[in-house]
Amino acid sequence: MDAPQLPLLLHLADNCLVLGQRNAEWCGHAPVLEEDIALANHSLDLIGQSRLLYQYAAELMGKGETEDSLAYFRDAPAFRNFTLLELPHHGPLAPSGSSQRDFATTLVRNFLYSAWALGAWSSLAQCTDKQLCAIAAKAIKETTYHWHHAQNWVVRMGDGTPESQQRVQAALNHLMPFTQEFWMPLAHAESAQSVGVALSDAHSQNEWSSLIDAVLVQACLKRPTDSGFVPSGNRGIHSEHLSYLLGEMQSLARAHPHAVW
Amino acid sequence: MSTSTSHEWPLWEVFVRSKQGLEHRHCGSLHASDAKHAMQMARDVYTRRQEGVSLWVVASADIHASEPHDKAALFEPASDKIFRHPSFYDIPNEVGHM
Repeated sequence: MDAPQLPLLLHLADNCLVLGQRNAEWCGHAPVLEEDIALANHSLDLIGQSRLLYQYAAELMGKGETEDSLAYFRDAPAFRNFTLLELPHHGPLAPSGSSQRDFATTLVRNFLYSAWALGAWSSLAQCTDKQLCAIAAKAIKETTYHWHHAQNWVVRMGDGTPESQQRVQAALNHLMPFTQEFWMPLAHAESAQSVGVALSDAHSQNEWSSLIDAVLVQACLKRPTDSGFVPSGNRGIHSEHLSYLLGEMQSLARAHPHAVW
Repeated sequence: MSTSTSHEWPLWEVFVRSKQGLEHRHCGSLHASDAKHAMQMARDVYTRRQEGVSLWVVASADIHASEPHDKAALFEPASDKIFRHPSFYDIPNEVGHM
């Protein structure tokens, strides 16, 4: 029988890997050199977190699984990340394709996710699984910085020029409904309970909301309603965008399955 | 229009202290919109490889530098004042390294 915490580990790891890969698309394209480095740093933090989680998951799974087999040899329906994290860096009406990058969309996504991740890592740092505790304790420090970075930008853009205000509000309107998935009864709720935490409960939703709201007020932004379609990426039902992201990320490992550095 | 004529963010000088007890040393510069932003960017640009335990950022415009054409008047008069170097004393062996 599988270890009870496995679905939770894969959900957390997939979140980190998919957002890390997404944000890495800015590498060499960010509006200024300093932000290019900042976003690449974020990606490396996230990919580092996913590696620790995959290594632990692979250890629990046995049967020859490795961090690489989990990252590179699973297909989209096996991924358990939030749909929010796989979306491209633009709104719904822009042409698809990685050449279209909207900085506001990227930062609003980081803003919404890092606030969730802060709460999740803080709970997990208190859990009964020692290894997961240690991973969470490391991730809190990195996530705190990601939160500060994203929050700063949301305020700057929201309380900036009419153009930046309009863009960040549009990004918020587009992405906010995807956060509903954060609070749906989780596919891996039992898995979280097995390590003694209640992730994504009403309490954490309230904390998340107050973090977000305090910044939105400062940023002169309107919080959009988050009703309508509820995504279910954490059950493996993804948008069309994930398979393209994985296609790019996994192609090298699949073309050369036994390649080593 | 506003008085701002440039879309460039101002320049900031970055100083990093590599460990406790050492001084902050100038390590480079970057563009940022204000001090908080400059601090955030300095962290990302200059401390990625564990270079520091403390950061200072200073607006480059606030640094007043000596003019290159004043170099002769400012620094050359010191060149023949060798008596200002405490090298004319015999240091007793008991004192050890100074």
